[in-house]
Amino acid sequence: MNRFALFLLALPLMAASQTTVIRNATVLTVTKGTFQGSILIRDGKIVEAGEKVLVPDGARVIDAAGQFVMPGIIDCHSHIAADSINEGAIAVSSMVGIEDVINPDDIDIYRALAGGVTTANILHGSANPIGGKCQVMKMRWGKDAQGLIFEGAMPGIKFALGENPKRAGSPGGGFGATPGLRYPASRMGVEDVIREAFTEARAYQKEWRDYQAKLDRHEQAVPPRRDLKLEPLVEVLEGKRYVHAHCYRADEILMLLRVADDFGFKIRTLQHVLEGYKVAKEIAAHGAGASTFSDWWAYKAEAFDAIPYNAAIMVRKGVLVSLNSDSAELMRHLNTEAAKAMKYGGLDETEALSLVTINPAKQLGIEGRVGSIEPGKDADLAIFDKHPLSNYAKVTKVFIDGELYFDREKDLEERPGKEVRKKALVDKLRAQEKKERKKPEQTEDKKSEEPGGVQ
Amino acid sequence: MKTCLAIFLTLVSLRAAGPDTILLRGATVHPVSGPEISDGSVLVRDGKIAEVGVRIAVPKGARVIELKGLHIYPGMIDSATEIGLSEIGAVREMNDISDIGLFKPQLRAATAVNPASEHIPVTRANGITSVITSPGGGIIAGQSVLMHLSGWTIEDMAIRAPAAMRLEFPHIRMPSRFGASEAPETPGRPSAYAEAKKRYEQQLRELNDFMESARRYRQAKAAAGPDFETDLKLEAMIPVLDGKVPMLIRAEKDKTIKEAIAFADKQKVHMILERGVEAWKVTGELKAHNIPVVLPPTLRLPEEEDDPYDKPFSIPGELSKAGVKFAFATFGPGSEDNPRNLPYEAAAAVGFGLPYEEALKAVTLYAAQIWGVGDELGSIEKGKWADLIVTDGDPLETRTQIKQMFIKGAPVDLDNKHHRLYEKYLAR
Repeated sequence: MNRFALFLLALPLMAASQTTVIRNATVLTVTKGTFQGSILIRDGKIVEAGEKVLVPDGARVIDAAGQFVMPGIIDCHSHIAADSINEGAIAVSSMVGIEDVINPDDIDIYRALAGGVTTANILHGSANPIGGKCQVMKMRWGKDAQGLIFEGAMPGIKFALGENPKRAGSPGGGFGATPGLRYPASRMGVEDVIREAFTEARAYQKEWRDYQAKLDRHEQAVPPRRDLKLEPLVEVLEGKRYVHAHCYRADEILMLLRVADDFGFKIRTLQHVLEGYKVAKEIAAHGAGASTFSDWWAYKAEAFDAIPYNAAIMVRKGVLVSLNSDSAELMRHLNTEAAKAMKYGGLDETEALSLVTINPAKQLGIEGRVGSIEPGKDADLAIFDKHPLSNYAKVTKVFIDGELYFDREKDLEERPGKEVRKKALVDKLRAQEKKERKKPEQTEDKKSEEPGGVQ
Repeated sequence: MKTCLAIFLTLVSLRAAGPDTILLRGATVHPVSGPEISDGSVLVRDGKIAEVGVRIAVPKGARVIELKGLHIYPGMIDSATEIGLSEIGAVREMNDISDIGLFKPQLRAATAVNPASEHIPVTRANGITSVITSPGGGIIAGQSVLMHLSGWTIEDMAIRAPAAMRLEFPHIRMPSRFGASEAPETPGRPSAYAEAKKRYEQQLRELNDFMESARRYRQAKAAAGPDFETDLKLEAMIPVLDGKVPMLIRAEKDKTIKEAIAFADKQKVHMILERGVEAWKVTGELKAHNIPVVLPPTLRLPEEEDDPYDKPFSIPGELSKAGVKFAFATFGPGSEDNPRNLPYEAAAAVGFGLPYEEALKAVTLYAAQIWGVGDELGSIEKGKWADLIVTDGDPLETRTQIKQMFIKGAPVDLDNKHHRLYEKYLAR
């Protein structure tokens, strides 16, 4: 660490057990319409949301007159809060996982919060056809690594097709490449790696099933050796782990859907899926979700046919679609990214907001907990000073589990104090460095003064 | 509906082959340079704005376009792009942004702009009618071009070529995070910082020497006869030294910006600051020297971990308050944002202290003024190029649709690769 990290106070700003009422707001529930009214929060959950909500005695009241409340934004593709994301030396790295490298001090968590994001799917990188395990997190800034984990969310794993996994097989390498060539180097090889892995996983699954069958028959049995690479793939085969597959071109999307069909598992989401609009029917038929960028294109060859109408076309063809960031920066304004799907393809307001709330929640299998403003769901809420689909809107407050994790007013209030503390730390460090620079000379001096020393 | 519009516009553009007289009528006109005019009209003749007002008589032979309920704004200007030089960012063969060497003032972006680039129709579909395209790399990277986003050849498109000489001001540049800086320092060997500092000092010397050579060359040429031997590099610097072409100087940190200002002062060159990430720390100097700024994208992360989360959003407002003139830019498509998102770079600053009118000017009139074409472009005023957009609302808002566009008075087809693929696959 060569920068002075002065982190924001690592404390949720309000206690969870508190009862809170957000009042006079325009409430964008996403699933149950929009109304002028209130939201009652108790024990971290939304208890009531409606035009008239009685304020219980002792409840903390937040007056949001003129403001807009929407469900906390969910980003289905992010790499923040992870110390590393690519185990690229091998083509199948399913034995590694983000859970083991969570960095709760990453300032991008706070920045995402300040953009209204409350939940994110943190994925392994795209260096290999089968990558590592993903981790769904809540942006509970100030909590430790364990405290960020979205408890109960379905586990996931990253797959990657196309240019990125091919790179390690190409002379010259590229991002995520390792010295020396590594199979695969073509889209054919990418398919093969996945088929080989699942062929192995099936055999491994059978070993365990045979073992279990013997036990059930009360026969003597030796358990198979655990294989940490194949275990997550068996979970995929058994529907216990979601596949989130990085892909671009229509042909490779269809390839993966065929492979999944052949092995009898489902692709939960296609990530990026920039040519998804070309094969939206097939994606819908498989039942895969699609999580895409609003309008990135042309940054590499496989992104040259990317169009900003991608999300809208896939929605119209019956695909469950979300917009993701894959970037700590884009993550800060996913609300206006959603507005682009209105401009390009004519989605309505609710459809647009769904792309960053209830749809990614469904894709991650957490729609029972988050993604809309409904009684019984987690009180994960973002308050904006203007309609969140406007480019002029900014986040004023963000709640997770009913706790206030971001408050713009408080952030502004604390700035002068932080500047003072930062300066004190910088001065202290500088003084220390100055002292250390002098040290070697002092040692020399000391030596010469030492009686009986080397003279 | 969209198809109809596209077909209509195609027909319109086919009809508008030559100079034409067009009266745009019944719209809310936003001149940017003055108050909005409701139920206003704009008369376009020979590519220029002939008249702006409430009631304009229809000249003989003029085509009238009724725009009731719609708005007319000047076309937007992106003050830093790679449009025409970079088609697909990661494909080397499709990039002509930078060349080998440190001092390349003779290289011209205009030479390598591909007028058939897919980025041109994609970008203008969102209301951007002209851009600065700049070469990169080295210290003096070459000559930027200011061009309309419409035309068969660069000759049709160019507004100013060169618009500026681009200089990346030397600064202490540490090796990347994945490079040597993470390696433990070997005793007896200079530190990574010491090496970077040495490199910077060397580059600064070379830059000053180069400027000195150019100055002597200009002097020698003025004194010499017809057999004077031309040096293309030094020759290219003469318009800069003569103050006819500004120097677009890229500097980010306050220290570098200050050094760049001192350099421009000493060399007597007209400076435009590019990026100027820490321009907010040196507003006094910028204002005193009347130096405008081409801003980095507003939609970016703060530079330092402990910067306020909204620092990039609030800087334009701070500069505006301090009286520093600036323009927004995307730096795309090869890097950073898509040029079509230029209006959103401006809008992102409005919620954080920049007055709306200033945001709009910083993608239109101020940009034109910075590039020395304030009397030709950037607002709806008599005598300026008729680079106009017709919208159904505020062009800085994402949800607003651009309905029509005119560049140099001619209707422009708003169809593009993305829209064509949309129609094709929606119908699948």
